[in-house]
Amino acid sequence: MAVSKRYSYSDTELDRYEGGVIEALKARSGEAIPDPDEWLDEDLSQNILLTTVDAVLNWARRSALWPVVCFPACCAFEFIAIAASRWDFARFGMEVVRASPRQADLMITAGTLTWKMAPQVKRIYDQMAEPKWVIAMGACGISGGLFKGSYSVVPGYNRIVPVDVYVPGCPPRPETLLHGIMMLHKKIAKRSLMQEGK
Amino acid sequence: MALKTEHFVLNLGPLHPSTHGVFRLRATLDGEVIVDIEPVLGYLHRGIEKLAEGCTYKQNIPFTDRLDYLASMSNNLPYVMAVEKLAEITVPERAEYLRVIMVELQRIVSHLIAVGTFVQDLGAMGTPLLYMFREREKILDLFEMVCGQRLTYNYMRFGGVSHDIPDEFLPALAKFVDRMPGFIDEYDQLLAENEILLARTKGVGILPKDLAINISASGPVLRASGVKWDIRKADPYSVYDRFEFDIPTGSISDAYDRYRVRIEEMRQCVRILRQAMEQLPKGKVLTEVPLKLRPPAGEVYAHIEAPKGELGFYLVSDNSDKPYRFHIRAPALINLTALRQMLIGWKLADAIIVFGSIDICLGEVDR
Amino acid sequence: MTVALSGKEMAGKLEAQFPASIIESSRASLIVKSEFLLRIAWYFKATPGFDFDYLSSITAVDYGNYFELVYHLVSLEHNHSLVLKTRCYERDEPVVPSLVSLWQGADFQEREIYDLMGIRFDGHPNMKRIFLWDGFQGHPLRKDYSDGT
Ligand code: SF4
Repeated sequence: MAVSKRYSYSDTELDRYEGGVIEALKARSGEAIPDPDEWLDEDLSQNILLTTVDAVLNWARRSALWPVVCFPACCAFEFIAIAASRWDFARFGMEVVRASPRQADLMITAGTLTWKMAPQVKRIYDQMAEPKWVIAMGACGISGGLFKGSYSVVPGYNRIVPVDVYVPGCPPRPETLLHGIMMLHKKIAKRSLMQEGK
Repeated sequence: MALKTEHFVLNLGPLHPSTHGVFRLRATLDGEVIVDIEPVLGYLHRGIEKLAEGCTYKQNIPFTDRLDYLASMSNNLPYVMAVEKLAEITVPERAEYLRVIMVELQRIVSHLIAVGTFVQDLGAMGTPLLYMFREREKILDLFEMVCGQRLTYNYMRFGGVSHDIPDEFLPALAKFVDRMPGFIDEYDQLLAENEILLARTKGVGILPKDLAINISASGPVLRASGVKWDIRKADPYSVYDRFEFDIPTGSISDAYDRYRVRIEEMRQCVRILRQAMEQLPKGKVLTEVPLKLRPPAGEVYAHIEAPKGELGFYLVSDNSDKPYRFHIRAPALINLTALRQMLIGWKLADAIIVFGSIDICLGEVDR
Repeated sequence: MTVALSGKEMAGKLEAQFPASIIESSRASLIVKSEFLLRIAWYFKATPGFDFDYLSSITAVDYGNYFELVYHLVSLEHNHSLVLKTRCYERDEPVVPSLVSLWQGADFQEREIYDLMGIRFDGHPNMKRIFLWDGFQGHPLRKDYSDGT
């Protein structure tokens, strides 16, 4: 829906515009999500790099994954629990939970996603700098969980953002989430600059 | 010459670190002063009321867990009470006591988080919240002992509770109850006389008594406005009439009073827990009820004093195994009604504090 | 203990003042015609002895051929309660009077009913959807709602 080019909008106009955005995203949600690295052309992948560079880079990347704030529902409290002293994910260089997506490279989707919320989450994901990863936390993050059949719930985050690791549970225990984070570390360790852009 | 200025609309949320979930405020500002503010809700609207109409009575207990996910035990209780009322199921005495113990522990958890996030919004990044998480973890361990879950318990059943407590539970609870008053004193030392806390919360976000009643506020918000109304006393349910406790109230009705009321309520919780532990009878914890319960046609409303206020369930049964209508009276949603009146004319920075002092949980506001 | 006032007794008291305003009354509740709702609610709120100053909850139920609105009134002063109801037989454009002018606590709850049940409240200052977005089709809590899947 086009927005008129005036300086300010009335509440009704804003509501209607936002409603349009939600409907548009909902209509697109069945499609495959395009690879964000597509624009990197062949030049880069034809360059030759030594594996040790990869190793160092990946080590640096996985040892300081900064999560972005994305806590819609109950799972958020298990996320906060691993941020608190008992599980303390500062051990993995993750304690800086960023409110600004531009400073983060990991999105832990802690909670149910509704269609009304979906455009915001998508926007936050789009604003994060590459390379970036997503952990779908909890049954709701994976498939909509308990609320799968509802008229307002997105059946899984992978409808709107690409997900790297799925952590089951309702909510997952902190240990489970830590395990998910370890799996993501392994995934990052396998990454090579040579692959980027493919 | 006077400078011509325009009002300016600022959008806070829905993903904003101090909004305690996906809550959004659309504020119209004149400089820093709020001229109008509109809460925009629904970012966590999961349609529980509709989903519940498609599930059997028993299948609906897990939905209640996920309403106010900081107080799942307290959400179970009014729902099972409503169904018990409808189907005339009696609850063994031991189960009633266990329910009270769980609900009071849950109230402590909820208030800990309420106070912790509230002072975090004031700028005390981390420290007080970490203190409160320390005690919260102890209570979660107790819950884990009885039902194996840390957050969404699904512990209460029609006619009782799902499991009896294990042997280790009571000693662990006794230890906790002995130590908790010390911890509350510790918070008081840290916070009660803190100059920043006083400066930013005293006199801020006043909700006069009449308005509080008129907007149907409940829980600590209502009591901080000087209304001595607590459903545990006014309309005693379960075995609350057997315990002695006070109802703390506020006098100035500001954000500081709401904070004080929560701290004092935690002390009262400890008092109730002590008495409940002493009186805990022996016996069964669950009455047998059919798996596919079909309550007689009719309607029922059951309410309790949840940590955030009056939590009620209104059920309509048509004698089938699924509720015909399943309505939740959510205290947090209704407490928010006053937000606009409390904020107009104040600075934007106060908005966060007043909002934090109401203590909401989006799972329950949006359902 | 909150005393639940009997709808039957209340009906007797109302009969003189508001003739032909009551649809039905029972021990548990009192059902009034919607055109009298505002006046009767005001009567209950302002009459000494009743003093229903607190509107605990509002909800609506879809019974197929009519909607029923349920108001739980409480008096904090006398600690008694009453279940007041009204009905709306219209399905396409149901309208009932809003109680926001008496109890502001009705504000969000009436918006919620409008959003999910599609009942419009006459006199509400801000009658728009509260949970779902603008452009959402239908009202999900109605029994005949389907989202097309
Ligand atoms: S997975 Fe379970 S705990 Fe997590 S957000 Fe969904 S309902 Fe809540």
